Amino acid sequence: MPVFYGTEIASALMLGTAQYPSPTVLAEAFRRSGAGVATVSVRREAGSGDTAQGQQFRALVEALGVALLPNTAGCHSVREAVTTAQMARELFGTNWIKLEVIGHADTLQPDPFGLVEAARLLTDEGFAVFPYCTEDLVLCERLLEAGCEVLMPWGAPIGTGLGLNNLYGLRSLRAQFPEVPLVVDAGLGLPSQAAQAMELGYDAVLLNTAVAKAGDPAAMAEAFAGAVAAGALAHRADPMPPRDMAEPSTPVLGKAFLT
Amino acid sequence: MTITLNGEPRETAARTLAELLDETGQAGAKVATAVNEGFVPAARRAETVLSPGDRVEIVAPRQGG
Repeated sequence: MPVFYGTEIASALMLGTAQYPSPTVLAEAFRRSGAGVATVSVRREAGSGDTAQGQQFRALVEALGVALLPNTAGCHSVREAVTTAQMARELFGTNWIKLEVIGHADTLQPDPFGLVEAARLLTDEGFAVFPYCTEDLVLCERLLEAGCEVLMPWGAPIGTGLGLNNLYGLRSLRAQFPEVPLVVDAGLGLPSQAAQAMELGYDAVLLNTAVAKAGDPAAMAEAFAGAVAAGALAHRADPMPPRDMAEPSTPVLGKAFLT
Repeated sequence: MTITLNGEPRETAARTLAELLDETGQAGAKVATAVNEGFVPAARRAETVLSPGDRVEIVAPRQGG
């Protein structure tokens, strides 16, 4: 099971908490997913007292009994991401932060330059940074140099469900950083895509929309849990190498000679 | 004086960030704060003096991916 900054998590499935049809469905989806980490965010709070949305949501996620990973979603500048991370640390009582510095409005592609700068600033302040990044090898090297001990490359742009867009890039990262926990974050739409990430040797997958926007989120959560477990087991089982030419699986020797 | 609270103009008599949270009824709530894009820890709210035009953000836990 994945170990992030010295903490072992009981599942390789990490799940977002946004976009569910209701809090009840969210809780049921988490229960059936077996997820060990929930991503959360901070947003403006206008109301006050126990009826305020934020206070209710906090009680809900704490009842899930999983590790919380606050994000800096929607931040486009280093300053904004750092301030958001600082607010999240105080609110959720954790130094874990999923660092998002968005560089492109349409694709929500991470800004690699801002990401490295923000990662360095936050690491210096004692944060355990989980950078949402692209699969760019040099960017990932810089993030590790900045103090990150986890890398979270995208499979595809957030919310697209397109799966693993750059298999070579993801495989290459795994090969280059055999000891670094790697998480495919974003872009997964189907359990088979999550299984594929685990078969590559990734330590975990992080997804939200694929479960929350399914017709039956709780059932889809369970489907992802099964796929992640299957993919992880397959990786440990050392898959056969692919080859271009056919090779009979049934022995040729001893076949009856019939014409 | 007029400040900007969560992006909206607000007339306030609060002299400090702590007084502003009293005014909005969020003194006891689990919220985090920033003034002019800089984080202000809960322990420093009482000593954080507000000036006209300050941009104050009050945030709370929310769903995220």
